[in-house]
Amino acid sequence: MTHETTAHHIVSYKKLVMVWLGLLSLTGLTVWVAHHNVGIGHVWGSLAIACIKSGLVIAFFMHMKYEGRLLRWFLLLALAIVAIFIGFTFFDVLYR
Amino acid sequence: MATVQPTPTSFWNDTGKTGITSWIFSTDHKRIGLLYFYSTFGFFLVGVLLGLLLRIELMAPGRTIMGPATYNATFTVHGVVMIFLFIIPGMPGAFGNLVMPIQIGARDVAFPRLNLFSWWLYAIGAVIVLTSLFTGGGPPDTGWTFYVPFSARTGTNVSLAVLGVFVIGFSSILTGINFVTTIHRLRAEGMTWGRLPLFVWSIYATAWVQVLATPILGITLVLIMAERILGAGLFDPGRGGDPVMYQHLFWIYSHPAVYIMILPAMGVISDVIPVFARKPIFGYKMIAFSSLAIAAAGSLVWGHHMYTSGMSDTAILVFSFLTFVVAIPSAIKVFNWVSTLYKGSISLEAPMLFALSFILLFSIGGLTGLILGAAATDIHVHDTHFVVGHFHYVMFGGAGFAFFSAMHYWLPKFYGRKYAEKPAVIAWAFMFTGFNILYFSMMVLGLKGMPRRYYDYLPEFAPLNLVSTIGSWILAVGLIIMLVNLFRGLFWGEPVGSNPWGGATLEWSIPTPPPTENFDQEPVVTHGPYDFTKAGVP
Amino acid sequence: MNHAPHKDYGGAKLGMWLFLFTELLLFSGLFLLYATYLSRYPREFTAAGRDMHVGFGTLNTVILITSSLLAAMAVTAIQRNERRNVLLLLGGTILCAVTFLCNKYLEWSAEIGNGIYPGSPRLANGPPGESVFYSLYYITVGLHGLHVLVGATLLAVVAVRVKRGTVHAGDFVLLENGALYWHLVDLIWIFIFPLYYLIL
Repeated sequence: MTHETTAHHIVSYKKLVMVWLGLLSLTGLTVWVAHHNVGIGHVWGSLAIACIKSGLVIAFFMHMKYEGRLLRWFLLLALAIVAIFIGFTFFDVLYR
Repeated sequence: MATVQPTPTSFWNDTGKTGITSWIFSTDHKRIGLLYFYSTFGFFLVGVLLGLLLRIELMAPGRTIMGPATYNATFTVHGVVMIFLFIIPGMPGAFGNLVMPIQIGARDVAFPRLNLFSWWLYAIGAVIVLTSLFTGGGPPDTGWTFYVPFSARTGTNVSLAVLGVFVIGFSSILTGINFVTTIHRLRAEGMTWGRLPLFVWSIYATAWVQVLATPILGITLVLIMAERILGAGLFDPGRGGDPVMYQHLFWIYSHPAVYIMILPAMGVISDVIPVFARKPIFGYKMIAFSSLAIAAAGSLVWGHHMYTSGMSDTAILVFSFLTFVVAIPSAIKVFNWVSTLYKGSISLEAPMLFALSFILLFSIGGLTGLILGAAATDIHVHDTHFVVGHFHYVMFGGAGFAFFSAMHYWLPKFYGRKYAEKPAVIAWAFMFTGFNILYFSMMVLGLKGMPRRYYDYLPEFAPLNLVSTIGSWILAVGLIIMLVNLFRGLFWGEPVGSNPWGGATLEWSIPTPPPTENFDQEPVVTHGPYDFTKAGVP
Repeated sequence: MNHAPHKDYGGAKLGMWLFLFTELLLFSGLFLLYATYLSRYPREFTAAGRDMHVGFGTLNTVILITSSLLAAMAVTAIQRNERRNVLLLLGGTILCAVTFLCNKYLEWSAEIGNGIYPGSPRLANGPPGESVFYSLYYITVGLHGLHVLVGATLLAVVAVRVKRGTVHAGDFVLLENGALYWHLVDLIWIFIFPLYYLIL
């Protein structure tokens, strides 16, 4: 069997709370940005903030930072597929 | 297991029980595989029957045996049953379950209970689909693609059929998750990625497509229900929706889905050909790699179903180009199979005959696919019988014939008895002949301009339609001979040893029929899957 | 045949992640529609977004992020063998889930009271982009709400198992997978929030 030893990394309460505080301040930031930058351009800004937030959740809450390379590659694959499905549709939507 | 048993009990009589509950609640991958085999193959026969009825209707112009409404329902149910209830769950569910764990030297799949659950979901979904035929407004008449706006408005029982397909999709996802995990975690010692049988590689690629593409089908089907039940109007141009977006979503799943159908078939062929050519496979790495390449590239080409739907010209260009890219890994496989045959010591037994005809029929299907993939030619043959002919060459001549090959190749292993060779060859000859008469005529009809999904046609198409229908009868005769011979052989035929074909993959190294535990001790793999010398087979 | 039940920690987690990918892809279909319709109706989307209750949205975001923190802490707690804390933290997570759903109920009641729901006469007579925006909103958030419900139920089951002692410091993959599912619910919301509430 191809078992790699799975070391169980324990993430401290302190670190988790720090991440939580980070998430809260990013939420505040995204609300603030939305109210002070009227127009469609801020969609990209909001999405960027959302990406940072989900990066934090995935890395620390979901322990991805402490996982092996395999899972990271798989996550990347899944995200790439999402990007392709949405991106390729825009070959149609943008040029119609 | 501390004590070494000289003759381990086979999985057929391990529990001492024989009732149906010892099957439908079993978590043994072999029993679940056979459950899948019989349920999917049963639906295949239903689909065949509907197909024969369609052909009888088209035998002559005008109404022959059914009216237009019945015809619409019949081709819809034929498509739904064949695609969602047979081909997609069939090959991974039946042969993936039966063979894959043994081929990697595992005792079972990674999540045996989940495996049983996915069969149950399949069964429940199938029951829902069947219920939709006899309740509400009657069987759906949208075609298996459920295109809006018609599917949002027709009075037939689309919602229930769609719900059934949704449940079956969930079952397919769980199978995919199970298989990816199994292949990553449960390979026996020495079973490196370079020693995986090519059938396992193809199941692996298929499982990824099942995991990543099927959810899109799920959400698409949910949206149809939302259109019908809530009146969401997401695809209703009157309220700002766009029906073409439905087609995008549908084909984002359904194009990769044709690779769920064909990839395991290619895996079967890659396993059968070296055994019956008595030669190691040519280009192992390229075949393994091309399975992944097909899975990846196949996810980028969904737009080629929509050239005439009002998609932008840029999109047509991009998707047309990418479609041609998919042809490359497919061709790599075909060339490698043919090179394996070169100077081999070929024995033309039934599994091999089906495998060889797969190469020919799949090549015809694939090359006609390029005619459809090129936008300029597609505009002319889109929605004609040319398309019907093309995809039956790929799906039936490809996936179907590979399924028959797998049935003749692997089922004796699990039953311990074998069919008679001569009737099997006769059956193959009938099927191969009937198949080509049936579907080649369709392609010619399509080029002459006969549209698909019409119950009636102009008189000038009559002769070829008659020929096509006669082909369907020849095919049916071959199918009946095959079934009678195969199943009579499996239950009452002559017993076979552990390695009737002289294969070098792991499933041939264990007793026939396999014991519940598959392996007495966890095997240690020391040679590749097609290394006949080291495996010690003549 | 008395094999010890097969325990493969890495395998179970791999399976869970694969399942999360399928959930991600499920929602990506809706985000795909959102993206295409936003590019077609930027003005209508902005106008419709202005009618959304930012207060409810922000509150629910904070609640979900907090619940995610509690779930992550529960995983830490079980590794440290603090069973009482695990139960408290899981209880907190479930409480957050219930509060989230209550807020959702209030918010939807208000909106439906204003005549905004899929197929409503008000939307049917309004500009086309607005109807699309709200239909997408109801389907996306409804599906997400369903996931909140499923996730909370799953965590409740895990909590019972923890109490009974079948999930413990030596074998907690069920808790970890339950928490992973919960984080996914949070992740989806992190994207729903700006796309639907902050399009001003």
